[in-house]
Amino acid sequence: MEQTEQQEQPPLFDNVDITAVEEENDIFESAVQEPLQPVMEDIATDETTNGQYMEINVSDPQKIGEGIGSYVAYKVTTNTNNSKYSKRQFTTTRRFSDFLGLHDILVSKYLRCGRIIPPAPQKNIIGSTKVKMSQPQSELGQGLSMEWVENRRAALQRYLNRTAQHPVLSQDPDFINFLESDQELPRAVNTAALSGAGVMRLFNKVGETVNKITYKMDENDPWFEDKIAEVENLDMHIQKLHTAIKALVSHRKDLAALTGGVAKSAAMLSTCEEHTGLSRALSQLADVEEKIEILRFEQANSDLYILSETLKDYIGLFGAIKDVFHERVKVFQNWQHAQLQLTKRRENKAKIELSGRNEKLDQAQKEVEEWEAKVQRCQKEFDDISSEIKREMERFEINRAKDFKATIIKYLEDQMAHQQQLIKYWEGFVPSAKEIA
Amino acid sequence: MMDGTDESGSPQKEVSPTTTENAGTPTSQPAASTPVPLGDNSLVVDISDALSEKDKVKFTVHTRTTIPGYAKQDMYVVRQHEEFVWLHDRFEENEEYAGYIIPPCPPRPDFDASREKLQRLGEGEGNMTKEEFKKMKLELEAEYLATFKKTVAMHEVFLSRLAAHPVFRNDQHLKVFLEYDQDLCAKPRKKIDIFGGIVRSIGKTTDELYLGATVRDVNDFFENELQFLTEYHAHLKEAATRTEKMTNKHKEVADCHIKISANLMQLSTAERGSMEKFLAKTAEVFEKIRNMEGRVSSDQDLKLGDTLRYYQRDSHAAKALLVRRLRCLAAYEAANRNLEKARAKNKDVHAPLEVQEAETAQTQACEKFDSMSACGKEELVGFRARRVAAFKKSLIELADLETKHAKSQYEFLRQSLLSLQEIA
Repeated sequence: MEQTEQQEQPPLFDNVDITAVEEENDIFESAVQEPLQPVMEDIATDETTNGQYMEINVSDPQKIGEGIGSYVAYKVTTNTNNSKYSKRQFTTTRRFSDFLGLHDILVSKYLRCGRIIPPAPQKNIIGSTKVKMSQPQSELGQGLSMEWVENRRAALQRYLNRTAQHPVLSQDPDFINFLESDQELPRAVNTAALSGAGVMRLFNKVGETVNKITYKMDENDPWFEDKIAEVENLDMHIQKLHTAIKALVSHRKDLAALTGGVAKSAAMLSTCEEHTGLSRALSQLADVEEKIEILRFEQANSDLYILSETLKDYIGLFGAIKDVFHERVKVFQNWQHAQLQLTKRRENKAKIELSGRNEKLDQAQKEVEEWEAKVQRCQKEFDDISSEIKREMERFEINRAKDFKATIIKYLEDQMAHQQQLIKYWEGFVPSAKEIA
Repeated sequence: MMDGTDESGSPQKEVSPTTTENAGTPTSQPAASTPVPLGDNSLVVDISDALSEKDKVKFTVHTRTTIPGYAKQDMYVVRQHEEFVWLHDRFEENEEYAGYIIPPCPPRPDFDASREKLQRLGEGEGNMTKEEFKKMKLELEAEYLATFKKTVAMHEVFLSRLAAHPVFRNDQHLKVFLEYDQDLCAKPRKKIDIFGGIVRSIGKTTDELYLGATVRDVNDFFENELQFLTEYHAHLKEAATRTEKMTNKHKEVADCHIKISANLMQLSTAERGSMEKFLAKTAEVFEKIRNMEGRVSSDQDLKLGDTLRYYQRDSHAAKALLVRRLRCLAAYEAANRNLEKARAKNKDVHAPLEVQEAETAQTQACEKFDSMSACGKEELVGFRARRVAAFKKSLIELADLETKHAKSQYEFLRQSLLSLQEIA
């Protein structure tokens, strides 16, 4: 509730600019960030929204324009009783880069204070080019591009819903605007894969990665020590599991196609068979195998959309968690840096006092105070992000356990339904086999 | 499974599992079945044991008979695949049997696929956990064993069909095959033989084409049958290949679950509390699904694949009969032409010898052709009945097994969901 008002207020320490006072280009440069007001709010993060619901549907992918400038737009429909939203149900049209833009905004706002921000789906140049180059008259969602478009649509939907599940992110004005506004959003500049900003972003990322590798902070908090190891471990296992399930998806798809082949050859054999009864039975067999072909594709889809994609999302989420952990390291670096500077100023002041140049003492005293405040602020920031991450992780773990269980149960229910179909198909076939005279 | 054998009648073979392909020699223990007293003039053949040595398989052929010509009533001989081929060739080349469908020769034992997989598994050993490796290996061994059993069964079917045939069972070569306890000198085919075989089969196909183009069949039944069988055989072959591809892929799908199950298990160790239990249980579920899907695949192969493959070979044998008949028809026509020529040449001579000879030859050819046609027709009708019955049987069994598997998997999933929901 308050966080919007807070945002409009000038941030507490806006007048203090760390980067401006920077004289030497030291290794901490990459750790030093633009100051931003931490969006700290009083909303209890671990409390699940009581009685509130929010459901977002992404549908009707539509190709807009032609050729290289074309893009796919999606209909985004929201159903909610969240009081932050002006209506219960509303619809808008958004394109892929808008989703990426939303993610960037949320990252820039909330990563700093330790929030786990659900990652947006990956850009895929090959897939999008295929869609761009596809014939305009051929309906979107056909042929090769169909699977790709559906895949992305589902991923976008999951992305929005994960964001909406977050008690804070779901109330963010930019998120609300994304869902509610029927206006086009300003083009997000740096989401284009090959734009100048994109390249810059890439450089920044490289810098950060180097920093991640080279800087090792002394961890004083055993909770973080354990959590970091745990997340690494889980991430590795989930990646392995994801690979295994991807193999299942591809084999199952092949099986479906091969079953179709059997259906066709059974049909051919049936037309050739001179015995009427057997011919009829073979034609029935062809029917059954054809239905099973479709069923196998459905099975492959539930392997993919229920298991594989969920795991993929979690691999992304673990990435987001690692980002948050890294953010904390950066805040820690800032704090350490400030401490270092403070020591320097104090030494400076002591020197001045010793030399008795009193005219400079005031200035030195001021600097010391400035850095004392800064150290205090940095320490607070570090404490804040640490405790926020703990809260976020707790929420994440609860949700993940719930989500995992629900996913597996849904998958097995799907499998059960598939077996039921199989029973129906084969039971339907028995009479025609028995009728062979 | 196949016609000619009564499944319940043939002793159930217990094959002991193998460890590696050369050290392990899968043997089927001689069935300790209580011998059923035989009626008069009966001949019962089964393969009581088989031994795999490197790339050779030695079959122990067990015969029980009350046919007078045999020296003993109960005997065992050891035969190799090549000797089966030899026996088949003796039947095929026997003029007297030209009017019969010769039971198709069993296919050569082929364990290359299993061996190759085992080798690949060995190479990829580093990429998986011990548990996974063990499971994959067991899986492959089971596959090898299944192929082995199937090979034995197909060789047995061949002999059983011969033994059950009213004419073939009295064949001297068969007697030798069953009785003679030495090697039949049917050496494994050398390269030159294989080459010869290729030349022969090319000769056969061109013969077939030539005959098809030159000889006009007088009988619609046979002409239709030939056309039908040619087409039918091609479709069966296609269907058999595709079914095999499908069942193999299904097996791979099943095997995918091994890795998933193992990874779920590992993941569960990284989790805590109810998640750990939940994922461990899920791993179990996936493991079970693998077993179930694997069974679906092997039953499809057994019921649909094997039937298609067998009739692919049997229809080929039936076609061979028709080709032999055409050749006979060509000979008959040649005899006719010779007779006419002889008559034209000797029309002024009273009772010329040449004409008489030609007449006898022509009558003989005619008789042979007629008897062959009569016999062939019966055989083809028999083939059709046999085929329809076999397909009916295996299609019903296929549907029953598929339903059974789907039902048990459904039930299993239902139970698992209940226990998972309890954990969750």
